[in-house]
Amino acid sequence: MSRRPYNRPVSKSKWWTTQLRYQHYMLREVTCIFIGAYMAMLVWGLMRLSQGPEAWEAYVAGILSPIGIIFQLICLGFALVNTISWFNVTPKAMPLVVGGERVPGRTIVVAHYAVWGVVSVFVLAIAGL
Amino acid sequence: MAERKMQVEVLRYDPDRDTEPRYQTYEVGCDPDWVVLDALTKIKDEIDDSLSFRWSCHMAVCGSCGMTVNGEPVLSCKTFIRDFPDKIKVEPLDNFPIERDLVVVMDDFIEKFEAVKPYIIPKEPRSIEQGTYLQTPAQLKAYKQYSMCINCLCCYAACPQVALNDDFIGPAALALAHRYNLDTRDVGRSAREDVVAAHEGVWECSFVGACSQVCPKDVDPAAAIQQSKIASTTDYFTSFITGGSK
Amino acid sequence: MPGRSHKPIVWGLFAGGGTVAAFLAPVMILVTSLFALAVPSALSYETMSAFAGNWLIKLILFGVIGLQLWHAAHRLRITAHDFGVRADTAVSWIVYPVAGVLTILTALFLLMI
Repeated sequence: MSRRPYNRPVSKSKWWTTQLRYQHYMLREVTCIFIGAYMAMLVWGLMRLSQGPEAWEAYVAGILSPIGIIFQLICLGFALVNTISWFNVTPKAMPLVVGGERVPGRTIVVAHYAVWGVVSVFVLAIAGL
Repeated sequence: MAERKMQVEVLRYDPDRDTEPRYQTYEVGCDPDWVVLDALTKIKDEIDDSLSFRWSCHMAVCGSCGMTVNGEPVLSCKTFIRDFPDKIKVEPLDNFPIERDLVVVMDDFIEKFEAVKPYIIPKEPRSIEQGTYLQTPAQLKAYKQYSMCINCLCCYAACPQVALNDDFIGPAALALAHRYNLDTRDVGRSAREDVVAAHEGVWECSFVGACSQVCPKDVDPAAAIQQSKIASTTDYFTSFITGGSK
Repeated sequence: MPGRSHKPIVWGLFAGGGTVAAFLAPVMILVTSLFALAVPSALSYETMSAFAGNWLIKLILFGVIGLQLWHAAHRLRITAHDFGVRADTAVSWIVYPVAGVLTILTALFLLMI
């Protein structure tokens, strides 16, 4: 009898292809590319806004062009993935104890969605003024 | 009760004979209410006594029989045959070296486990005459969930960061550190932080959450680690204000 | 504090930015895309320059955009590692400075409006 432990190889780049839960995780992680890209678009927009009406109008024409809209809708999809995955894990990161009892995770998640709804409507209302 | 014929495909590795693992399929007559561990026991008792696997309590308390069944890390003593089709695949836990067949090498985990000082570090020692430490039910509830760990290692098998970073302390040990940090009888948090708040501690975790999904005791290591990240972050910034005197 | 990581700095920004992104990113994108198509006046130069001209709004925009940039940068670092890019130091030296430069530019452009 000899000891000769066998190490199974793990792919450093393709490990996530083996399980659905890893793919869900990777879907959440790649949302950062689209949030980052959209923020870069906004920074560009601030620059164009500071350059005066013509520059700004050219920028708006760009982001409302078919390509601009498609790009933004893709970003919107990934932003929603981030929102949903973020809210769903908040009870884990920040458990709440009220009167000695742990507040059910579901309650915390639902509260987040409710606040999200209010905030979103509020922002849309400001934009519509 | 009517027997059910199961095809049980088992990973085999004999360090004396095999250069790498191979698979062997056994046909086993199973009782309908058996668990996977029962089928393995029958193989060892009646078909092939060379098959090696760890088990002890057969009731999800000892944590010895963690293995991979159809790709999922589970306790084989609480994984029922009836939940599977007629063919199952049994392998050792992922992310650990294989000692033999379904037995893995746990040495690395034991080192990490010891590194987090998983025991109560009291403010001052207490003599037997002084009696027990008192704790209210609410104080117990604060950490009880994280004390349910049986070191079955399913969480390490499920965690991709364990697979990708050899030095990562890992879910169970970090959850246990959190369990003692939350205990009112303990003052060892600062000593544990040297491991917990290091790169190889909570910061290697990217919150995949797989550990919590597979945990057979609902310990929720992912939650413990996120809470430790927040606590370590708070520490980090308050140490600037207090001049790092902690 | 021997061996303790400095990750709390970038992780704190990541967590803060992720929370801001979770609450605000979808509605922000909605406003600058479909909503703006439906209500063209929403993004007119007059509206936007008055909006971004307000000091309180400048401060909010700076925080909201800056935090989300850092959130994206930190998560991108982790994602690169998860896709097998093991040069963590090099990745850090790209993503954080990019987020930093864009944050500074955000402040500059806001001041120029």
